[in-house]
Amino acid sequence: MVSAILPLVLEDVELRRQGKRILGPVSLTLEGEGITVVMGPNGAGKTSLLRAMHGLERINRGRAVWQGGAEEVRARQAFVFQTPVLMRRSVLDCIAYPLILDGVERKMARARAETAASQVGLDVTLTAPASVLSGGERQKMALARALIRAPEVLLLDEPCANLDLHSTAEIERVLIAARDRGTRIVMSTHNVGQARRLADDILFLFDGRLIETGSGDAFFAGPETPEAMAHINGDLLP
Amino acid sequence: MNDIVEGLWQAARLVITLDPGLAEITLRSLQVTLTATVIASVLGLPMGAWIAVNRFRLRRFAIAILNALMGLPPVVVGLIVYVLLSRSGPFGVFGLLFTPTAMIIAQVIIITPIIASISHQAIRELWADYHDLLISLHATRAQRIKTLLWDGRRALMTAALAGFGRAIGEVGAIMIVGGNIDHATRVLTTAIALETGKGDFGLALALGFVLIALAIAVNLALHMLSGTERGSRW
Repeated sequence: MVSAILPLVLEDVELRRQGKRILGPVSLTLEGEGITVVMGPNGAGKTSLLRAMHGLERINRGRAVWQGGAEEVRARQAFVFQTPVLMRRSVLDCIAYPLILDGVERKMARARAETAASQVGLDVTLTAPASVLSGGERQKMALARALIRAPEVLLLDEPCANLDLHSTAEIERVLIAARDRGTRIVMSTHNVGQARRLADDILFLFDGRLIETGSGDAFFAGPETPEAMAHINGDLLP
Repeated sequence: MNDIVEGLWQAARLVITLDPGLAEITLRSLQVTLTATVIASVLGLPMGAWIAVNRFRLRRFAIAILNALMGLPPVVVGLIVYVLLSRSGPFGVFGLLFTPTAMIIAQVIIITPIIASISHQAIRELWADYHDLLISLHATRAQRIKTLLWDGRRALMTAALAGFGRAIGEVGAIMIVGGNIDHATRVLTTAIALETGKGDFGLALALGFVLIALAIAVNLALHMLSGTERGSRW
């Protein structure tokens, strides 16, 4: 797949909220293929970094530059939130919604949503309201909705938080399949085991700063910083 | 107590015999108020959604004004519409004064702020839920409003019903601009005011009971049509 909106370049991106620095300055370049996992303790800025990449946060200093026109950049990336946003619609219509926004005819959109649901293994009554879904099913629904536009870049904020092992495994299977189809994935996670399983690259954040990057294998074999070492070993950080 | 029993009795008789006079003013009440509710909804619902979704200067001011307008005194609205529509007024050439159209105009002015304000409250909560998703999917402004109106339709129906409730029972404005003319602009509320003034409490009460029954019937019909309170949350 020919990448059009990558590489993404972040130049000294800094986010401040209420006078407090919550992220940055962070500089990085995102390109190539695979899954990049953003790691770090709570409050390190993982969510802020992902949201800043996606353009959901106002950047106070520095900039995030995608390639291509603004319209294209927005259309070719998707975001999965930690808490899936449930629309007050049927499961099927929730998944089809991005296509409806694109002007796809409703019948066609629903048919494609059905395919998307089966691809993520969402095995529920699709005409039921989305609010009846369980936690794992909600996340799968959100994933199907994010993937339905066949995004070039998929950003996920803790997609498996609060999910049991079984649901986590299913989500990971979908993510790996998406990666193998050429989708560039950036996700944050708390779960060190999940990071080990999925990461092609690691971004390790600590206190709003990007303190370590590298390939997944190298990172887990021997992290360079004491903070990263402590994080993967599950030690309490000072 | 006698009056009430008498009123109930008379109401029953009027309804059972399908009294033509009663049917006429009941239908006119319905026609005027339903038309006003539809027009006010078309204006008020998008207005409420627009205010909920957009950030602009004077937004708080606009919301405060809207909420204040909910308490607009119907008599004053009637007076202003009267002045505007009277022969010497700016819209006098249309000859609308003392017609059902004038009554509809007055009611639209009274209930649009109510519908806009209640829908603003409802849409604001929904917008808080949907905000990140709709921004992430880069929905256009019109698409956002459309989505919020559709997904918030149950709450918006409540807004429309609140407007309907206010309009169907309103007498001050339509008395002034309609004139309570028999066979032309007489509706249930103005007829009640007239019969009370004449001292015919039995008939006034009968009309009152019909009015209440009408309001309940319209509410029930809408709820049944839209299937609210059947699903759990939405």
